[in-house]
Formats: sequence, structure tokens, C-alpha cells
Amino acid sequence: MPGGNRSISAACWLTDAKEEPVIPGPFAYHRPASLREAVALLAELGEEARPLAGGHSLVPMMKLRLATPAHLVDLVGVKELKGIRAEGNDIVIGAMTTQHELIGSDLLATKIPILRETSLVIADPQVRYVGTLGGNVANGDPGNDMPAVMLCLGASYQVSGRGGERRIPAREFYQGAYFTALEPGEIITAVRIPVPPSGHGSAYEKLKRKVGDYATAAAAVVLTVSSGNIATCSIGLTNVAETPLWAEEAARIVVGSALDAASVKRAVSAAEAITAPATDNRGPAHYRTKMAGVMVARALARAKDRARG
Amino acid sequence: MTVNGEAVEALVEPRTLLIHFLREQLNLTGPHIGCDTSHCGACTVDLDGKSVKSCTIFAVQASGADVRTVEGMAAADGTLHALQEGFREMHGLQCGFCTPGMIMRAYRLLQEISSPTEDEIRQGIAGNLCRCTGYQNIVKAIQYAAAKISGVPFQEAAE
Repeated sequence: MPGGNRSISAACWLTDAKEEPVIPGPFAYHRPASLREAVALLAELGEEARPLAGGHSLVPMMKLRLATPAHLVDLVGVKELKGIRAEGNDIVIGAMTTQHELIGSDLLATKIPILRETSLVIADPQVRYVGTLGGNVANGDPGNDMPAVMLCLGASYQVSGRGGERRIPAREFYQGAYFTALEPGEIITAVRIPVPPSGHGSAYEKLKRKVGDYATAAAAVVLTVSSGNIATCSIGLTNVAETPLWAEEAARIVVGSALDAASVKRAVSAAEAITAPATDNRGPAHYRTKMAGVMVARALARAKDRARG
Repeated sequence: MTVNGEAVEALVEPRTLLIHFLREQLNLTGPHIGCDTSHCGACTVDLDGKSVKSCTIFAVQASGADVRTVEGMAAADGTLHALQEGFREMHGLQCGFCTPGMIMRAYRLLQEISSPTEDEIRQGIAGNLCRCTGYQNIVKAIQYAAAKISGVPFQEAAE
């Protein structure tokens, strides 16, 4: 596993010094046709098995032999893991829904537009055709974009394992780089998102060096406005710590304000204070902290512009 | 799976990547291995209506799928596909290494957006790297093909 905050993408780009193997190690391939079968397989095969969703994090790691699972359980044939549907005040998105499908969903474009905006800055078109929401949030890579958005939205993950089903709030899910609340053998089956109030404003601001790169720093904002003042606000940060961050204090500071310069400055400081980025080829730590602040300020401004009320 | 319209049946080791299966077992060397890290897009093929990077997909994942490579683009009599013609006419390649991936990506893009704007083309091929052309003529080649497929005259934008 890459240490600290160095993501797999960085690992791939740093291989010029020596030849790395590009052929994955051997494994047995399984393609269960139902969720029950998939969960049973993962339970039976234990820690030697990994679930395979879109594979665009796992396969590169397998090529570098940073992951050498003896079994891959491909979830592509599990129909229960597909689809986007409204359920009461929530929208439930099957874990195997691809970013391409998120971008194309009219329901999401209307109800939770930040998902489309975020999907469009993940990797590139080819990766988005196969990359899944479930994989993006389950992997625990701090460079993934969706986790911070899920913290921001107050989403929860529906999980299945040998012990049955449970629901884990996104805000309690991330424990460290590649370490999550998932128990061995458990998989995320769906992401449940409470629909933000109609008229809310949102924005995902991502600074990256080039298309396809992980964020140098990124910020997700969802807010509501009442009589020109911020009524509610939630802020998530991507790739500026070992886990995605929920910037609770920064959000609290802007609530009640008209997003005046002084409030934004204090919120930016509060957001910067909780970051702990690694110095890597995206820049030194203090730069990435400052960029997280810049992303917060931009996302706040854009979300407010988009809000009604 | 079906490859360029022909049914193909083979036994592969699970760890065989789709790109290696296409190139080494089917001798379809149009899809290129560029970076091997899913960045460059030279290995792009069409799989069940999606553009995918075949270096990051196992052949077993494509079991039962419908795959098209650049070899499946020209008509049986050798008539070039509009995209191939566009790349030739508009000088959309220099060394040609990225071209099969560019064409396969553009093929799917034009199925989704029949007359894309320049910006949509640039966004659409954002997962394909070219180190020669500076992309200008690749964009023109795709515009040429879009016009030809839609049956409208191609007009080069004023520089």
C-alpha cells in the first residue's frame, strides 16, 4: 500500500526510475449473479479475496503488485447493485452505478447537481464509463473525489456482509488512507443521500495539474440561503489529509453571514487548520493547505451564486 | 465475446489484460500499449457501447461483450470510416501512435453527440494523449467526420 497520502496515481507516475511489473499476479476470477452469492463468496474466500467494481483503482494497484489478491469477485453481474432511485426524501444509488451514469442522470441533475459536477472532474471519459460510485467511496483512497462530497451531503453507505446488512454514515466511514469501517468480506451495496432542500446551492472546486489527476486540493460545498444570508452550510475537503475531511467549524462560521469577506476569511482559516496534506509531487504541504483554503472560498462563492432564497 | 463483428472464443488466464488478449491472441495490433497505467488512451477500444482503456480491463471481464477495435472501422471493401478519412484529410496524426485510440474514442463520442462543439470534442478526448499534433488537427479530423456522417459540408473554422 502506498504510505501516507501518496496516491496510486502518484505511484504510477513515479516509476521512471526503475522497471515495475505491469502484469498483475495470478488470481481466480469469480462472477456471481446475485448479491447473496457475492456476499457468500467474499465471506467464504476471506481476506484473500477482493471485490472488483470498475477496477480502475484496483487493477493499476495489481499491476504494480501493491495488491495481490488470490481471488477477484467481479460484481458486474449483480443487478441489485445498479440503478438510481428516489426513496422518500433520499436518493439511493446502487454501488455499481458508473460515473458516466451519474453524469447522465436527469434525476440527479435536478436534485443533487453536485454529483454530476464532481463526476465530470473524475479522471477522464474512458475511466468514467467503468469507474463506479461504490468503488470510489469504498476504496479509502484520500485522492478519490466522491468521499468528501458524501461527507458534505451527509450520505450513508448500505453495507452487506456475512453478518447481514447495516448502514454506515459516510462521516464515520473513513479511518485512514485505505482504512475504512468496512469489515472483511463486507461490500457497499448502495449510497443513500438525503436530498438537499430545493433551492440549495452547491459546488465542487478541484485544483488539479491536468485532466485525470487527483486533486492537489478540492472542496465540496452545499448551502442554503435565506434573505441573502447563509442559512445552512456543509463543507467537505478532498486529498488534504489521510482521509476526506468534513469541515464542520468552517461551515458553522459562515452560517448567518452574507458570505462577507471577513466571514469567508475566518472559514478559510478554520478549514486550513484541519488539513494535514502530504508533501508530494502535487506540491509542498503548506501550498496544498493554502489551496484547500482557496478551493473553499471559491466553492462557497459559487454555491451561494447558485442558491435561491 | 464478439470482436469486430466476429464471434471469438478463447481460454485465457484470468490475469490476462484485454489489450494483451487483443494484440497477442487475436493479432489485433491496432490498439497500442502506451503508458500501461490507464492514462494515455492509446489502448482505447469500444466495449458494449463504452470507450474503455483495454490495459486496465481483464479479458475475462469482457467475456460475452461486443468489442470493436480500429481494425473493425473500415468497410469490408476497404473504404475508410469517416473518422479514418478525417484523420487522413485533416492531417490528424504525425507519428500515429495515439491514432487508433483517438479514433475509437471519437467513434463513441460521435454516437453520443452527433455534432459536437470544439469544446465537447476536447473534453471528449481528454483521456487520450497525443505528443505530436498539439490536438488542433485531431479536433479538425473529428469535426470533418462529424460533418461527413451528418451529411453536411465540412467548414474549417477560421484560424
